[in-house]
Amino acid sequence: MTTTNLPPPGDLPEIAVDPAAFRHLADAQVNVELDTGDMVLNIGPQHPATHGTLRLVVRLDGERVVSADPIIGYMHRGYEKLTEFRTYPQITTLINRIDWLSSFANEVPFIEAAEHLMAIEAPPRAQYLRTILTELSRIATFLLFLGEMGLQVGAITPAFYGFRDREYVLNLIEAVTGGRFHPNFNRIGGIKDDLPWGWISECRGVMNKTLASCDEFDDLVVGNPIFQKRTRSIGIIPRELGAAYGVSGSNLRASGVDWDLRRDGPKYLVYDELDWQVWTHPDGDSFSRYWVRLQETRESARMVLQMLDQMPSGPLMAKVPRIIKVPEGEVFVNTENPLGEMGYYVISKGATGPFRTKIRSASFSNVSILPWLLRGVYVPDIVTILASLYFILGDIDR
Amino acid sequence: MTAIEIGWGTTLAIKTVIVLGIVPLTALILGYVFLLKMMSHMQSRLGPMDPGGFHGWYQLIGDGIKFLQKEDIMPGEADRRVFALAPAIVVLSTFLVFVVIPAGPRVSVASLDSAPFAKGAFDGVGVFYALAVSSLSVIGVLMAGWASSNKYALLGALRAAAQLIAYELPLVLAVVGVVIQTGTMSLQGIVSFQQHGSLFGWSGVGFPLILTQFVGFALFMVAAQAELTQPPFDMPVAESELVAGYMVEYTGFRFLFFFIGEFGTAFAFAALAATLFLGGWSVPWVHGTAADFLGPVVLFAKVMFVAFLMFWARFTYPRFREDQLQAIAWKWLIPVALANILLTGVLKVAF
Repeated sequence: MTTTNLPPPGDLPEIAVDPAAFRHLADAQVNVELDTGDMVLNIGPQHPATHGTLRLVVRLDGERVVSADPIIGYMHRGYEKLTEFRTYPQITTLINRIDWLSSFANEVPFIEAAEHLMAIEAPPRAQYLRTILTELSRIATFLLFLGEMGLQVGAITPAFYGFRDREYVLNLIEAVTGGRFHPNFNRIGGIKDDLPWGWISECRGVMNKTLASCDEFDDLVVGNPIFQKRTRSIGIIPRELGAAYGVSGSNLRASGVDWDLRRDGPKYLVYDELDWQVWTHPDGDSFSRYWVRLQETRESARMVLQMLDQMPSGPLMAKVPRIIKVPEGEVFVNTENPLGEMGYYVISKGATGPFRTKIRSASFSNVSILPWLLRGVYVPDIVTILASLYFILGDIDR
Repeated sequence: MTAIEIGWGTTLAIKTVIVLGIVPLTALILGYVFLLKMMSHMQSRLGPMDPGGFHGWYQLIGDGIKFLQKEDIMPGEADRRVFALAPAIVVLSTFLVFVVIPAGPRVSVASLDSAPFAKGAFDGVGVFYALAVSSLSVIGVLMAGWASSNKYALLGALRAAAQLIAYELPLVLAVVGVVIQTGTMSLQGIVSFQQHGSLFGWSGVGFPLILTQFVGFALFMVAAQAELTQPPFDMPVAESELVAGYMVEYTGFRFLFFFIGEFGTAFAFAALAATLFLGGWSVPWVHGTAADFLGPVVLFAKVMFVAFLMFWARFTYPRFREDQLQAIAWKWLIPVALANILLTGVLKVAF
């Protein structure tokens, strides 16, 4: 007979959890007079509000959030490391999967970085096609958001309208690239194929439909008093704090920062040839984030309509060698993606693949403000704030 | 013609069978017509319109089969008896409401008007009974949330309790106006008041009480929406926050019970609203035995109309937050209901 030193199952000592160990999460003191003890609630990794596998450890006092701690990394796929073992043309396949809702927009900064190092420029028609497809993926992403946000605050109908209208746009992208989600269509020095026959008139119709459906969202969601009650002055990101946390894109513009890389960054694609405006909202709350994205969807649709009118003809590919070797050097290219600012820092040692790549993804920075933002709100507001920040888990974890 | 003598026991058995059959049937009808068909049309859903060929008629049967063959899972830490009993109590409350709803002059399970305790200031206790038993479901909901040993379920159950208690009051107060105007608490009495009334001397449609009690009707609909935990008041089940609230641990047949309870109660509340405000089973110029046969059809049509309003709101609106919900109940609905009662009382005395 062998004996073990372990105590029998029932007699295991209680592990004393020092409450002070949790104090570092936040120092919000809610309901001091009537201290009722907190409940720790795990929201996620599988939860309808987290768009994937984000985990939020939330300490609740009743329905109030005392502290919230986002835990990321459940979807880490190591793309930064993987790029070191792929050639440049292969990498677009990987980075399609970072922010899977607007895959085409992901490809652009990486391809631009490689082109920048090789000192080649894509011909004008390719630039136009890239811009059109980028804006189409922006529209598709935002249409999903416009519906999804409605769903997260409890209205079922907008979600289905969002999915329906997004499908038209995805069909357009599929008609050009062959892939609804992962187009893998950019090539260093240009773009793979021209538009299919009849696509331009089709696209015009869909863009007009998109503008109409934006009006529908305006009526159904933005104009809804309950929606306004749920989102106004919920999750306010102050201007300076948002900038300090590195929040970018529509989230930052909704806080009143007039900053859009398409206009303010170094020139990329053909945005300077178009007549468009950057939308901002002074409030910085969940409602303004919704409103800004709604306006940007309209603006993108108008931009696509403009580009369809003024698209030049010409070749689609610049002259590139058959085996692409990028000269030695390093470059950082960042672009305005639907979720915010996305950048690639590429170091090349003259080989067929990059030596190192650092991906600056928008959602990672956008989510970093969550612990600050979620203190003291109610449980339903967690969902509103998560939805209005609009992150993609692939974009956080890469 | 001699009346057929039916014994007490046989009558009870027939009534039990009818009620046991009718409550799930109404739930299925509402689920089919509104949840599957109307919702699909409104939201351009393709799935529920597909199975079976014509208009997706097979979808509900498929759903039912799916529920029946699902594994019955009980959480390891659950309070087993309470967990198993909770869905039954929720459905029980639905069944009990159906008891008093009249569908014709003689078509109702029990009007409770001749009960010994019903003799008092008011003639009958139908309204009182219906509103009382409809709130029994909160016990089942609390039991479900507590016994699941799940934090989401607990949050949902506590929300449900707070919500159902808060909205019980405007629901009752909204009906008080009707009771004052008709002078009876018997549902049959209220229906016959509406049937025999006349509109400026024209008795074509009787006198549906919604003409004078429109405020009460609006309050009743809002409060009923909250009692049913439907959007915009569906915080107890808020699927984007609490996954499924107090139902989160329930599967298969037990979940089906909650489903039947939800839609059966929706039907019961719609029937109450139709009876109290829209004239119930009453058909102009039809009395006696003919009304017994026509009454259920008329009541059903009115119920479907009221249910349409309920589900329309359900599919369109976002949900409130818990504190906003309480604010609406205590700051708006109850004062308005009290003002309505006051006005009705003054007018009753004046005319």
